[in-house]
Amino acid sequence: MELLVSSAIGILTAGGLYLLLRLRTFPVILGISLLTYAVNVFLFASGGLTIGAPPILRDGIDAYTDPLPQALVLTAIVISFGMTAVVVMIGLGAFLGSDDDHVDDQPEPDEDRSESTS
Amino acid sequence: MTHWIVLPIILPALVAPFIVLAARYHIGIQRVLSVAGVLALIAAACGLALQSADGTITLYQMGDWAAPFGIVLVGDRLSTMMVLLTAVLALFVLLYAIGSGWDDRGRHFHALFQFQLMGIMGAFLTGDLFNLFVFFEVLLIASYALMIHAGGNARLRAGVQYVLFNLIGSTLFLFALGSIYAETGTLNMADLAHRVALIGPEETVGIRVAAVLLLLVFAIKAAIVPLHFWLPSSYAEAPAPVAALFAIMTKVGAYAIIRVYTMIFPPELEVTAGLHDTWLLPAALVSLALGMVGVLAAKRLDRLVAFSVIGSMGMVMVSISLFTPAGIAAALYYIVHSTLAGATLFLISDLVRTGRADLKLTQQPTIAGNSLTAALFFVGAIAMAGLPPLSGFLGKLLVLDAAFDSNLVVWIWVIVLTSSLISILGFARAGSILFWKAHSVERGDDIEMMSPPATLSYVAVGGLVSLLVAHTVFAGQVHRYTSTMAAQLFAPEPYISTVLDTPGKLSKPKGDH
Repeated sequence: MELLVSSAIGILTAGGLYLLLRLRTFPVILGISLLTYAVNVFLFASGGLTIGAPPILRDGIDAYTDPLPQALVLTAIVISFGMTAVVVMIGLGAFLGSDDDHVDDQPEPDEDRSESTS
Repeated sequence: MTHWIVLPIILPALVAPFIVLAARYHIGIQRVLSVAGVLALIAAACGLALQSADGTITLYQMGDWAAPFGIVLVGDRLSTMMVLLTAVLALFVLLYAIGSGWDDRGRHFHALFQFQLMGIMGAFLTGDLFNLFVFFEVLLIASYALMIHAGGNARLRAGVQYVLFNLIGSTLFLFALGSIYAETGTLNMADLAHRVALIGPEETVGIRVAAVLLLLVFAIKAAIVPLHFWLPSSYAEAPAPVAALFAIMTKVGAYAIIRVYTMIFPPELEVTAGLHDTWLLPAALVSLALGMVGVLAAKRLDRLVAFSVIGSMGMVMVSISLFTPAGIAAALYYIVHSTLAGATLFLISDLVRTGRADLKLTQQPTIAGNSLTAALFFVGAIAMAGLPPLSGFLGKLLVLDAAFDSNLVVWIWVIVLTSSLISILGFARAGSILFWKAHSVERGDDIEMMSPPATLSYVAVGGLVSLLVAHTVFAGQVHRYTSTMAAQLFAPEPYISTVLDTPGKLSKPKGDH
C-alpha cells in the first residue's frame, strides 16, 4: 500500500508541475488542482498509513489511526477548493477582457518596455 | 489569563461581516466603522506592546486547551511590535483610501480590508505552524479580492498571476507542514523546537527537506530572488492603498523566517546548518542588487516603487540571514523603516497618477499639486534609497555594522553600497523627469489641469512621512528595543516553557456511559 500511495502522490505532483509550466490559464489551474490533490493525499499519509483503525478513543481497542492529519486535510481541501473557484473566476474575467489567456506578462507592443518581470 | 491578545484577530473579524451585512450600500457608515475598528486595533496593539515590553510572554489558549493539543496565540516583543506596526500602517492607508475615493470604486473595500488585517494579525500572533498557514490563507484570500478591487483588464491579468503564484506557495506550505508532521508528530512551534533538537544525526532527511520547503514558502512571501516574480506586476497594478497595505505582507514572510529559524531551526542546529549562510544570504544579496537595478531600469513609477520594495526586502533578508542578535536587531529596525517607506512611496505614486495620463516616466505637463507631491516624493525617495538624514541611512549603517563578523562581509558591503548608489540614481532620474522637467513641457489648450488630490490624502501621506521622521529621531530607543527583541528571540526558553508548561483545562471523562 505504501508503494501505491507514494507513487500516486508522485504521479499527481509530476503531472501538476508539468501543467503548471504550460503558462496558459486553463492548464495551470488544472495543474494546481492536481497539486492540491497530491498534497491532500500526502497530508493523509503524514500521520502514518493505518487500515481499519478508528481515529477516536473507544473501549477495548489498542490500535488507532492519527486523527490530526484528517483535520488538516479537511482544512486544506476547503481552502484549495474555494481558491480554485476564485482563480477560475478571475482568470475567466481576465480572458474575456483581454482575449488572451497567458499567465505570464506579455510585452506591450506599442512601446519598447522590456519585461524584466516575466 | 488575559483575553486582550485575541482582540487584534477578533475585532476585524467582527467588524468585517458587520460592514457587509449592515452597511453594504452606505459608504459613509462603512468608512466610520472601518476607521473606528482600526483605531480600536491601534489601542489594543499599544496595550499588548506595553504589556510585552518588559519581556513578558503572553499566552492565550484557544478554548482553554493546553499546548501542544490546543491552538495557542503567543505575544512576545517581536509579534506585538509587528501587530502595532500593522495597525498604525492600516490607519494611514485607510485614511488615504477614503481621501482619494479608492474605497468607493468597488463595494467591499472596507470589509476586505478588515479581513486582510485579521489575517496579518493572526499570522503575527499565532504559535502554531498550521494556524500560520490558515492565517496566511485568510490574508491571501482577502488580498486576492483587494488586488482586483475596482477591476480593469491589466489589474485582472496581474491578479491571475498573483493568485496562481500564491496558490503554488500555499501548496508548498502544505507539503512542508506534512513532512514536518510526519517527522515530529506536532505542529506547535514551541513543541517543535524541543522535538527537532532530539532528532538523531542519522535520520535527518525528512526534517531537512521540510526546513528547506518551509524556507521556500516564506521566501515566496518575502519576495526573495528568484521567487520574487509575482511582486512587480501585482504591486504595480494593485490599487495604491492596497499596494501600500501589501508593504506589510512581504514582512509577514520575513517575520515567519525570523520566528521559525530562531526557534525551531536555530542557527546552531546541525540539521539545518548552512541553510542561512550558504543559501539565504547570497539570495538576499541578489534580491538587493536586482531590486535596486530594477529601480533604475523601471519605466513606470509604480514598477519603480515595486522594485524598490524587492530591494529593501533584500536588505532586510541580508541582515536576517546573518542570524546574529545584532543582525536580527538591525533587520527589525529596517523592517519598520521599509514598511513605512514602501507604503509612502506607493501612496505618492497614486498622488502622481491623479494628475497624469499614466505613470510612465516620460515628460508630461506638471501635475496638480506638483510642489507638495514633489516634496513628499523627495522625502520618500531619500528614505527608501537610504540617504542621510532619514531612517533608511541609519538602518543601512546598522546592517553594515552587523555584517562585520560574516564571512561574506566584503560582498555585503560592496553590494549594499553599490546598490544604494544605483537606487539613488534611479530615484533622482524618476523625480527629475516627473517633477522638474514637467515645467518645460507646454500644456496643450485642450488639456485641463486636473483638480489636486484631496487634503485627506496628503494628511495620510504626511502622517506616514512623519512616522518615518519619528523612526529616525527615536532611532536610539527603537534600536535598543529591537536589540532586546533579538535577545528574546535567541533565548527562546521562556517562550517555550510558557507555551508548553501552562496547564489548560483537563479533559476528564464524565463517568461511564
